[in-house]
Amino acid sequence: MKHKTPLLDQLESGPWPSFVSDLKQEAEVRAKNVNGVNYQIPVDVCEDLLGVLELSFKHKRTHWKHGGIVGVFGYGGGVIGRYCDQPEMFPGVAHFHTMRISQPAGKFYTSKYLKQLCDLWQFRGSGITNMHGSTGDIIWIGTTTPQIEEIFFELTHTLNQDLGGSGSNLRTPSDCIGAARCEYACYDTQNLCHTLTNDYQDELHRPAFPYKFKFKFDGCPNCCVASIARSDMSFIGTWKDDIRLDQKEVKAYVGGEYAPNAGAHSGRDWGKFDIQKEVVALCPTGCMRYEGGKLEINNRECTRCMHCINVMPRALRIGNDRGLSILVGAKAPILDGAQMGSLLVPFVKAEEPYGEIKEVIEAVWDWWMEEGKNRERLGELIKRQGFQKLLEVTNIKPMPQHVKEPRSNPYIFWKEDEVEGGFTGDINEFRKYHQR
Amino acid sequence: MPEVQFAGKTFVTDEDGFIDNYTNWSQDWVQFVKKEEGIDELSAEHQQVITVLREYYEKNGIAPMVRVLSKVTGFKLKHIYELFPSGPGKGACKMAGLPKPTGCV
Ligand code: HEM
Ligand code: HEM
Ligand code: SF4
Ligand code: SF4
Repeated sequence: MKHKTPLLDQLESGPWPSFVSDLKQEAEVRAKNVNGVNYQIPVDVCEDLLGVLELSFKHKRTHWKHGGIVGVFGYGGGVIGRYCDQPEMFPGVAHFHTMRISQPAGKFYTSKYLKQLCDLWQFRGSGITNMHGSTGDIIWIGTTTPQIEEIFFELTHTLNQDLGGSGSNLRTPSDCIGAARCEYACYDTQNLCHTLTNDYQDELHRPAFPYKFKFKFDGCPNCCVASIARSDMSFIGTWKDDIRLDQKEVKAYVGGEYAPNAGAHSGRDWGKFDIQKEVVALCPTGCMRYEGGKLEINNRECTRCMHCINVMPRALRIGNDRGLSILVGAKAPILDGAQMGSLLVPFVKAEEPYGEIKEVIEAVWDWWMEEGKNRERLGELIKRQGFQKLLEVTNIKPMPQHVKEPRSNPYIFWKEDEVEGGFTGDINEFRKYHQR
Repeated sequence: MPEVQFAGKTFVTDEDGFIDNYTNWSQDWVQFVKKEEGIDELSAEHQQVITVLREYYEKNGIAPMVRVLSKVTGFKLKHIYELFPSGPGKGACKMAGLPKPTGCV
């Protein structure tokens, strides 16, 4: 290797797959170049990356310069520019831009497709990736400015593949695997994710928003893609009718034939399955009963938390009248504190072409694009202008489900037309009855 | 800092090709930047966007939000991309000599 990396070398021990070993392996592959690839960026990019990382370990500081503005013509985002602050020491990473590649919904791949991507990235990039970025994109880590258009051309012309989003726009949407491999999926998360990604390409590629905006799609309240915490607009599947209940299968759980939670806790002895203790008593609303070997659910009081279904997946199933809830405003702490999504639409059908869902999205955008301050997330606009305003612009009637609890302070605003006589009282009229 | 020579002038830029200082901007800079930003002919509309950006920056010390740029120029975002293929940030702001956009880009 080009640089000594004593600190990084320590991370090659231990049982977890070592990113250091992998980077060294890629460095070696590039050095040997058995396939005779005509590398378009420095062949020792991986070695210089290890070198600069080792230096950062030593200094306990980053060695990347601030910011970076690069991209492809036609788009306002998709590439994260980055330059090393020690380019003479590590010329291989003087330019080290990251490209976001739009991933397929659910992240299902064929090896053929991945191989094509790898060939292109070996040729025009560092060969280093992140599978995947937290938002969902395939991430290509490290290339030079002149390669960006070349890569984009190849991606679009040969691989039929677009870039992901970055900047003040709609970022790459992502979803749980949904109905592809999960019996809890209340709607086709992949189809909705894919459809909306296609429908809103313009919003994704050309920043037009006050700030970033993310969609995420969860098939049920288990939230495997964590939409409620990591997307400005979170789509979470649910149902409206009764949980489907199979008493025979319940008996099989009670009898010990099936492991609870599909065996998720089998690594430790938790004793014999106790349906009363592990399901009925843990139901958050207490709407279940187990008597005389029969399980009953008062579905009117069920909040569809998923607990009982998660524990007895073979006996309990989601209802048949399915749709999703829309929650809005999740964001990380900067600027005014972390937020999770707040319930906006309790239930909407998720059926193609998703007209009702798009209406809500576009109403939210119209409002936020006009009223949002520079770099103000939707969640912050909701705080600043009020949830009431959000309901108005989305034309949704306020309902008890919109709050966890009613307000406790009495600073209540009324609209003028709600108040008899309006707000234009005449002091002289008042003085007739109240002397100074 | 890289230096570029154009029309007998020297401009200091960063790696992304943004000018080091707003006050060192001139029409020569615009002529220089246009080719690397994918612009063949400068039109009055290009100039209008540049003028709006510079005036806004001088008055407010920041670049306008995209929405404001659209409102003031009357150009929809689509048209701004037709004028400046890299978009309002990398394309127009760079040509107008404004500082490089920052944040989560
Ligand atoms: C019918 C009688 C009263 C009415 C209608 C009344 C109404 C109000 C109102 C409208 C406010 C302002 C809330 C705001 O900040 O927007 C207020 C604040 C306050 N009132 Fe009264 N008030 C009454 C009697 C009293 C009395 C008798 C006292 C004390 C002896 C009192 C002490 C206070 C104090 C200390 C505050 C400030 C509370 C705070 O902001 O922390 N009030 N009152
Ligand atoms: C002619 C007599 C008085 C006048 C004109 C007067 C006027 C005011 C005004 C204009 C405010 C501000 C209200 C607001 O910000 O919303 C206020 C607040 C207040 N006044 Fe008076 N006041 C008078 C007498 C008194 C007396 C006698 C007391 C107590 C014994 C008193 C206690 C307070 C308190 C506690 C507040 C609330 C402060 C707060 O909310 O932060 N005032 N008064
Ligand atoms: S969120 Fe629900 S539907 Fe989606 S994968 Fe997880 S458990 Fe299954
Ligand atoms: S889904 Fe949750 S709330 Fe509904 S019955 Fe099961 S445990 Fe109770």
